[in-house]
Amino acid sequence: MADEEYEEVLSDKQKIEIAKWFLTNSPPGEIQYVAKDVRSVLMNEALYNTACVEAFPVLITTFGELNKNEYLDPRTAQVAIVDHVKQVCTEVRHATDEELPSPYIEEFRCALDAEIVKYVGEAYPKGICSVYCTNGKDVEEPGFDFEFVMLISAARHSPQNFCNGSWRSIWKIEFKDDLQIIELRGTLQVGAHYFEEGNVQLDANHECKDSTMLQSPEDCAVSIANIIRHHETEYLASLETSYLNLPDTTFKDLRRKLPVTRTLFPWHNTLQISLNRDITKEIGTGK
Amino acid sequence: MEAAMGLMRRIHPKHTETALSALLSLLPHHSSDLLSQLDQPLQVLCDMDIGKEFILCEYNRDADSYRSPWSNKYHPPLEDGQLPSPELRKLEIEANDVFAIYRDQYYEGGISSVYMWEDENEGFVACFLIKKGKAFKSSESIFVANYAVTLNDCVCGEDGSKSGQGRRGYLEEGSWDAIHVIQVGPEEEGIAHYCLTSTVMLSLTTHDESSGTFSLSGSIRRQMNMDLAVVEGHLCNMGRMIEEMESKLRNSLDQVYFGKTREMVCTLRPPAEVAQLRLPDS
Repeated sequence: MADEEYEEVLSDKQKIEIAKWFLTNSPPGEIQYVAKDVRSVLMNEALYNTACVEAFPVLITTFGELNKNEYLDPRTAQVAIVDHVKQVCTEVRHATDEELPSPYIEEFRCALDAEIVKYVGEAYPKGICSVYCTNGKDVEEPGFDFEFVMLISAARHSPQNFCNGSWRSIWKIEFKDDLQIIELRGTLQVGAHYFEEGNVQLDANHECKDSTMLQSPEDCAVSIANIIRHHETEYLASLETSYLNLPDTTFKDLRRKLPVTRTLFPWHNTLQISLNRDITKEIGTGK
Repeated sequence: MEAAMGLMRRIHPKHTETALSALLSLLPHHSSDLLSQLDQPLQVLCDMDIGKEFILCEYNRDADSYRSPWSNKYHPPLEDGQLPSPELRKLEIEANDVFAIYRDQYYEGGISSVYMWEDENEGFVACFLIKKGKAFKSSESIFVANYAVTLNDCVCGEDGSKSGQGRRGYLEEGSWDAIHVIQVGPEEEGIAHYCLTSTVMLSLTTHDESSGTFSLSGSIRRQMNMDLAVVEGHLCNMGRMIEEMESKLRNSLDQVYFGKTREMVCTLRPPAEVAQLRLPDS
């Protein structure tokens, strides 16, 4: 892997790997720019196209993924065919019956979807959400387990202000028939990028879990939405706390605002300082 | 080249090293441009003669060896490696001593190194480096060797002062790399021109049960020009400029850059009070 001799001659495969790495590591909302730069660094159209196709089985809709570039929208029962780099949908078709959940499952899914849409509308000015059935979509009656994944995605891109950001929640919701409970596991991911004359990025993520009783589709939907609202609100508050702690604690650990002496460094009198330092060292009262 | 710079501006700071080595392998003929225009996280090597660590950069490198500011010797040993003139070396020794105290007072730990060399127009250049905290291990070594470190014998990742953990106990992992390059012009009528270019690269991560992982990282670079009287000596002038610059950089990171990412979070999901205020309208 780390062999200098190979530095000059990269195989096409290595070049594609590199291009994919840049594409998958681009900050939220900036993929077009990254792609443009990757293209000119690569100087090879064919390799670029291969890299683009291979780079994206991992976008947020993996749960609705039917194919490499086909995605199911459960709410409208449509399938979108997507070009990832251009981030446009090139084609839409109706989902087939095999691709959709059974009526029994759909009742739970649809009720939850409605509650989540309400919550996301209140909490996220630009949020979108979706509920997918990821397990047991063909279950037709009580007595079996099934599983949903609920996604919330809120993104804000303002390149003119040199700022992009995204909030993503992934909730895995397991309906356990034998215990008559619903188990929830949430992964919350927040990212922001500010790049006016610099490059600063925030990455925060958090995992949480909770559970509730299995009830009618409508009651399930309400209590699941309440749980999610509660956890996400708490998490936002803890992000605020982290920011508040920054200047006085976290950042101070890296570099203080003022020296331990609380005065600017006496550059004009460095001989004195080195003497003092020797003395404090001898007495052993450093810091 | 422009595209390469564009990519480096967008890629996550914690991936800087990986991204740089990727670009170096894609664009080998641009390698010197890339290395001089892009700052990379600082690496550290141990001066075996003195038993003290020093920082590596382009400015103390000759071939594959790096000069230690403590012993003035190249590691690994290099015959006829470039050395500063005896006079400049004297200033370099003094600068290293004083800067170490400065670093101690502001950083309460870390490593620092100062390098100086003559330049073509009768002045000299000085490079002040500070490294604090844990080095990132680039986990995604998907390709090619890491350019800077071919010396595998003794690359120390930490600064030995257990400061990677943070003495206040909040910091899970953090690092601060500062690079200050000052060009000092020839002295004319007791006045010299100083041109300082500073880069700070930092990252900090906190972690706890209730709030998960919270990590901020970034880099900024600024320049400052001054004409100053040399009465008190070059070191005094350079020191003050660096101190002022570091405070500025620290402030803008703290207030502006971190503040902007926080604002972004609040636009994505406004805090409850704001959401409540909005409700009556809608």
